[in-house]
Amino acid sequence: MLGFILKRLGLALLVALTVSFISFSLLYLSGDPATAIAGESANAQDVQAIRELYGFDRPMLVQYFDWLWNALRFDFGQSYYFKLPVADLIADRLGVTMRLGLAAISFALIVAIPLGVVAAMRPNSLIDKLALFLSVAGQAMPSFWFALVLISVFSIKLGLVPASGSTSWRHFILPTVVLGYYAMPAIMRLTRAGMLEVLSSDYIRTARAKGASEGRVMFRHALRNAIIPVVSLAAVQMGFMLGGSIVVESIFALHGAGFLAWESISRNDLPTVQALILVFSMFYIVFTLLADIVNAWLDPRMRAA
Amino acid sequence: MNLSQQLPTAEQILQPSPAAILRKRIFGHSGFMIGVAVLAVIVLMAIFAPLLSKYDPYTQDLVNRMVPPSFMGGESDHLLGTDQLGRDYLARLLYGARVSLFIGLFAALISGVIGTAMGVAAGYFGGRVDAVVTFLINVRLAMPVVLVALAVVAILGGSLTVVATVLGLLLWDRYAVVMRASTLQVARREYVAAAQVIGTSTPRILFSEILPNVMNNLIVVATLEMAHAILLEAALSFLGLGVQPPTPSWGLMIAEGKDMMLFESWLVMIPGIILFVLVLAINLMGDGLRDITSPAGRN
Repeated sequence: MLGFILKRLGLALLVALTVSFISFSLLYLSGDPATAIAGESANAQDVQAIRELYGFDRPMLVQYFDWLWNALRFDFGQSYYFKLPVADLIADRLGVTMRLGLAAISFALIVAIPLGVVAAMRPNSLIDKLALFLSVAGQAMPSFWFALVLISVFSIKLGLVPASGSTSWRHFILPTVVLGYYAMPAIMRLTRAGMLEVLSSDYIRTARAKGASEGRVMFRHALRNAIIPVVSLAAVQMGFMLGGSIVVESIFALHGAGFLAWESISRNDLPTVQALILVFSMFYIVFTLLADIVNAWLDPRMRAA
Repeated sequence: MNLSQQLPTAEQILQPSPAAILRKRIFGHSGFMIGVAVLAVIVLMAIFAPLLSKYDPYTQDLVNRMVPPSFMGGESDHLLGTDQLGRDYLARLLYGARVSLFIGLFAALISGVIGTAMGVAAGYFGGRVDAVVTFLINVRLAMPVVLVALAVVAILGGSLTVVATVLGLLLWDRYAVVMRASTLQVARREYVAAAQVIGTSTPRILFSEILPNVMNNLIVVATLEMAHAILLEAALSFLGLGVQPPTPSWGLMIAEGKDMMLFESWLVMIPGIILFVLVLAINLMGDGLRDITSPAGRN
């Protein structure tokens, strides 16, 4: 088990390092970053001054290791736009995004797991087909459009919840629904497939044969085993959600890290964008690492992989 | 000699041919048929856009701004009304289909080439090649797609080709995963071993033994990734960092109509519904293909 964890940890570190290099290289995609910061009205001297100030005159690899070394100490430099340390900006906004992500994944699990179980109990029944249709439709609905429809119905027509802002828990209701809705199809399908497989196994027949009630068979025996792959899927989805929060947060003006990302990209604030890509990637890497370890702990067969 | 041993029995003669079985599976799959039909209609709309609307999608008519669609009581010959600048909404919708379909096809093609090459190589050669490809897939999955795509498009500028290329360079992960798994299965078959034994060259084995046998899965992934790319382009354009105005992109049309949503909700509803219908049709077709080509059926 320890060997598995160490191996998995080493891989995660290598992935993190590669991602950090890619997000750092973004800065150079635009050509000369000094010219970009200086703006159109700057003359050659200004550009040179900025180049020296930010250290762009050094070799790229030196700059990368310098940036990485600082990033390891949570120093991502200064935001071009806000003129504040990027780390403080992100720390300020991350709480909102984490809350939104947790709320959304909980919402998705609470709806999708029972739906998957019910669909698996009666395959090809009306409720199974309905669940399948919802999952196919869910994957096809553009999230930003779904958000606008919810706003126009629940905020504008009915006036039940606020349309934008992040001051109270009521501001989180619609964003949670929109973000959570996108994780549901995958969770529902996996729960259904897992339950179908488990329900045809011998120990379920034994449980039924000894006279266990149907509810007990479903939830004590079957779901326990069917839920294992859902754990790692939920972790992956959580990572995707933090990345996807950029769309949802900018529609609902929810001042989280996703909104910050959108602002920074619009304002060409590259240090903030680089840091955010790195932070979002780290969350994904940590979540999947934890999920793998939990899985290996639950199911020893996984440790060989 | 016993004739009954040589002649096929009545049951054998009456058994449907493989082609007939396939036909039955295709035409018997209602989801697939609906998806293909809807997609065909949208493709025809995109191709024949100039014939279907007498208006130009770029021509502004500031006197006739935000005329409601004729079915909502708009008294003009603008079937779906006009937008904030008086441009015919039907024309923009039709030309917008070209944008979405172009992005979908182009991105699915680029990512398909990258992902298939990586997946097939990993599955066939195994060992170090497999380790490197698996690592690259992990790296790609760790990067937030929307964020990276937005940042890169913002830096390079939002032309149609840039958006399609950036999405193509980002969306190869599912191809690689599926192609790797399918190749692993196929590479163990006897005909591959036979080809190796008689000295067939490796490129030839890859192209004429492996690739045709993983093609079914490849097509399924390609349809799903096409839908994925179309949705992402719409989201990018909606956020103002994808395809730039005045190009008629459906995501952009929703963004432009957003501020008027309170009074003229159809400005947002019409492009949203057509986007939803297009992606749904592609997904239905992809899911249907998977059911038809894999005997085990859906999971």
